[in-house]
Amino acid sequence: MERTITFTLNGKPASVTADDERALLWVLRGDLGLTGTKFGCGAGLCGACTVIVDRQAVRSCSTPVKDVAGKRVLTIEGLEQDGKLHPIQEAFLKHHAYQCGYCTPGMILNAYALLLQTPRPTEAQILAAMDDNLCRCGAHVRIVAAIHEAAAAPGGAR
Amino acid sequence: MKSQVTRREFFATGTGVFVFFRAEAPQAQQPEAAPLPGRSPFPTDFNAYLRISEDGRVACFVGKVELGQGAMTSLAQCLADELDVPYDSVDMVAGDTGLCPFDMGTFGSMCSPMFSPVLRAAGAEARAVLLRMAAERLDAPVERLQVKAGVIADPAQSKRVTYGELVRGQRIERHLEKVPVKAPAAFEVIHHSPERRKDGLEKVTGKARYAGDVILPGMLCARILTPPAHGAILKSLDTSAAEKTGARVVKDGGTIAVLHERRDVADRALGLIRAQYDRPRTGVDDQSIFDHLQKTGPPLEPAGESGSLAEGEKLAPAIVERTYLNSYVAHACMETHSAVAQIEGGKVTVWASTQAPFSVRGAVARALGVPQENVRIVAGYVGGGFGGKSAAEQAVDAARLARITGRPVQVVRDRAEEFFFDTFRPAAVVKIRSGLTSAGKIALWDYRVWGAGNGGARTIYDVPNQRTMFSGNWQGGNPPGMHPFDVGPWRAPSANSNTFAIESHMDVLAAQAGKDPLEFRLDHLGDARLRRVLQSAAAQFGWKPGTAPTGRGVGMACGIYSNTRVAGFAEVEVDKASGRVRVKRVVVALDQGLTLNPEGMRQQMEGSITMGLGYTLSEEVHFRDGEVLARNFDTYQIPRFSWLPKIETILIDNPGAPAGAGGEPPIITMGASVANAVFDAVGARVFELPITPECVKAALQRG
Repeated sequence: MERTITFTLNGKPASVTADDERALLWVLRGDLGLTGTKFGCGAGLCGACTVIVDRQAVRSCSTPVKDVAGKRVLTIEGLEQDGKLHPIQEAFLKHHAYQCGYCTPGMILNAYALLLQTPRPTEAQILAAMDDNLCRCGAHVRIVAAIHEAAAAPGGAR
Repeated sequence: MKSQVTRREFFATGTGVFVFFRAEAPQAQQPEAAPLPGRSPFPTDFNAYLRISEDGRVACFVGKVELGQGAMTSLAQCLADELDVPYDSVDMVAGDTGLCPFDMGTFGSMCSPMFSPVLRAAGAEARAVLLRMAAERLDAPVERLQVKAGVIADPAQSKRVTYGELVRGQRIERHLEKVPVKAPAAFEVIHHSPERRKDGLEKVTGKARYAGDVILPGMLCARILTPPAHGAILKSLDTSAAEKTGARVVKDGGTIAVLHERRDVADRALGLIRAQYDRPRTGVDDQSIFDHLQKTGPPLEPAGESGSLAEGEKLAPAIVERTYLNSYVAHACMETHSAVAQIEGGKVTVWASTQAPFSVRGAVARALGVPQENVRIVAGYVGGGFGGKSAAEQAVDAARLARITGRPVQVVRDRAEEFFFDTFRPAAVVKIRSGLTSAGKIALWDYRVWGAGNGGARTIYDVPNQRTMFSGNWQGGNPPGMHPFDVGPWRAPSANSNTFAIESHMDVLAAQAGKDPLEFRLDHLGDARLRRVLQSAAAQFGWKPGTAPTGRGVGMACGIYSNTRVAGFAEVEVDKASGRVRVKRVVVALDQGLTLNPEGMRQQMEGSITMGLGYTLSEEVHFRDGEVLARNFDTYQIPRFSWLPKIETILIDNPGAPAGAGGEPPIITMGASVANAVFDAVGARVFELPITPECVKAALQRG
C-alpha cells in the first residue's frame, strides 16, 4: 500500500511516500540516496545490508519499510558523531579490519548492535554474533580483533 | 581516491599519455599473457603516473584497481618513496580509463612484480628531474641539494624550493634516461607498513563508492531475464504482467530487460515475466563431470619432461597411482557484478565493477560501435574480484540499455545471476603415477591434469624421471561442451588444483616410504628459498617428526607461485561420526622477495587462509544439465566467523630479491595441508575437494 512512513533516520526525522511493502534497503539506497548500506544477497543471508532499528541489527533487504514506521534507524552514514568516528570505526581502521570494504558497513553495524547488548563480549560471543555476516576477502580475524578493541574503548558500546 | 586534477586539465596537458595503449583491446574474459620482454605495455612518460600540485599534494594515476588487496596503499608507497614525498601527501586515482595510464588488468598478482617497478621508475625519474630544476632555480650544483618530504634544500645557501613551487600542477617536460630506483637499504616508505591504508577511512564510513552506488538523475535500474540453464532456448515470452508494474520492457536481440527508476519495482517486474524454455539434457552434472572432462578435454599437451619414464619404472619396485579431483568453485564476491552507464553527446561513461577497465572499454566500444576514444570506464572501489571480475559483461549490458532507453542505466546482478554467470574455477582431475626407489627417493613422476591447466602443474621437487601433461585450461580455448558454463581465473588459477594433487601425493609417497612428510619433502627439494620457508613454518608450527598417521591431525603443503615461496601447516580435528572437519590452527610462511607493505601482505595471507577454508571444506558448485544449483549463500557455503582457525603468518624478510606475487600464493597450500592433516588424524585419505563430511565418511569406510 502506498503511504507516507515517518521514522528517525540517523538522528533526524525522515519520511518516505512509498509502497510500504518495499524493502528498507532499496528505500535507503534508492529513495534516500544512502548507499553505504549494501546489497549482497537479497535474502538475509550475508549481512551486507545490516542497519540498526531501535538498537537491533536487522537485514534491510528483508525488512519492509512499514516495519520501521515510528522507529529509529541508524545506517553507517549516521555512526560518526560531531565529525568523530565511532570507536568501532576507529578500531576497524586501526586493525585494517576490511579488505574490499563491501561487507564493512554491515560488519560495523552488526558489531555495534552486539556491543549495545553485550558490552564486553567473549571471543565465542563475537564469533556467534557475527557468524551470519559474510566476508569473502577473509578479514575475519581482524574484524574480531577490532571488536575486542572497540569493546574496551570508552564509548565503544553506545 | 580523490583527484586534485580535473579531467580537462589532465587531457589538456597530458597528451601522449595514451600512446602505448593497444589498438585492439583483448576480450574482457581473456586475461592477457605477460608482455614480451623489453616491450613494456605501460607508458614510459612519468607524467602519466603523477601530477604534483602547487600545495605539494601528489596525484598518482594507475590503471590498477583496488579490489581490497591493498594495491592503492602499496602503490602509493612506491611513488612516495621514490619521489621523496610523505605517503600521506599521495592521492590515488585508479582504474579510470579517462585519467589513468593503460593497464592490462588487475589480476595474476602482477601489481607487485610487474607494475610496481614501472611506478617506482617513474617516481625516481621525476625526482631526478625535479632536482635538476631546483638546481637551476637555486643556482646550485645538483650534488649539493638535499630532498626531504618534497622540499629541495641547498644547505650551503640556506635556500629551498618545494616540488609544488617548481611544478605548480603542470606537466614536467624534461626527461632523464635510466635513473636508478632506491636500493632496499634506502627505503623509508616501501617495505614499511603505513599506519593507514589509503582506502580505510572511506570504507569504515560507508563513503567508499562502488559502481552500484553511482546514482545519476533519471537513472533506470535494469534487471535482465536470465535463462534457467546454460544452453536453454527461449520458446515463449509474455511480458504483459511485467509492463503493468510501470516498468519499461526492452527486447533487444536475445536480451529481455525490465527497467524502472526503483530497483525493487524492476525486481518485481522481472518476476512477472512468463518465459518458457527448451532445456538441454546433457546428462552432465557435478558427479559425472570428472569422467566428462577426460572424455571431452583436448589431447594432453606436455608441460615439462625430464629423464625417462621407462627408466623411472625400472627403478621403482612398486607403482603408486592415485587420482585427485576438485569441483567447480565460484568467486562469490560480496559485491555482485555492477555497472552504471551514461551516454551524453556521443560520449559513453560506464562505472563498472571490473578488474580490467581497459578491456571493458574495448568491449563497450565494440558493442556500441563507437570509437574507443569515446568510451570511458571508471572502476572505483570494487567489492572483491579474485579473478571473477576480469569479465564484465554487465558493463556492456548497461551501455546497450542506456543507448536504447536514452537514460542512464544501472545493472546490478542479483545473487542468483552472479552465480549463474560466474566464470568458475574449473573442475579438475589429476592422475599421478609414481614410484619410489628402494632407498625411498622418488624415481618416477608421471602427472596428468584435466581441466585446471598447467600453472603449477610441474613438480617443484627433484625427480629424475618425470613428465607433466595437461588437457584444457582456465583461460578458455577449451572444446565446446567440455565445461557446461564459462570457466576462468580464480585466485591462483591452476595452482590450487595442482598443488592439492602434488602435495597430497607427496604425503602418500612419504607414508609409502615410511618417512616424516617434512623430511621427505626436504630430501627432494633443492630450492633454497622454499626450504627456508618450509623450515620456518615447521618451526613456528612446532612440527614433530613422525610417520603419518600419527593421530595428531597435522599436515603441510608448500609451493611456488609467480616467484613467491609459500608453505602452510594445518591442524585439524575430525569428528569420525559426522565426518566433519574442523581446522583448528594454520601457520603459513611466505617469501615474496621484496614486500612493499608487510602489513598488507599479512592481510593477504590471513585472507587467503580464511578464503582457502572454503574451497577446502565446503565450496562446490552443484549443477545439472546446465542448471546452476548454487543460487545464494544457503546453496553455496563460504567461510564464516565460526570456522576461524588460529592463524599465524610468517613473512620472510628478503627485500633484495625482486617482488613476487602477493595476493594469490598463500591460498595454494590450503587444500593439501588440510587433506594431509585429515589423513594424519584418522588414517584415511580424501582425494577430492571440497572435503565434505560425506567425503570424509566415505574415506573412513574405504579405510
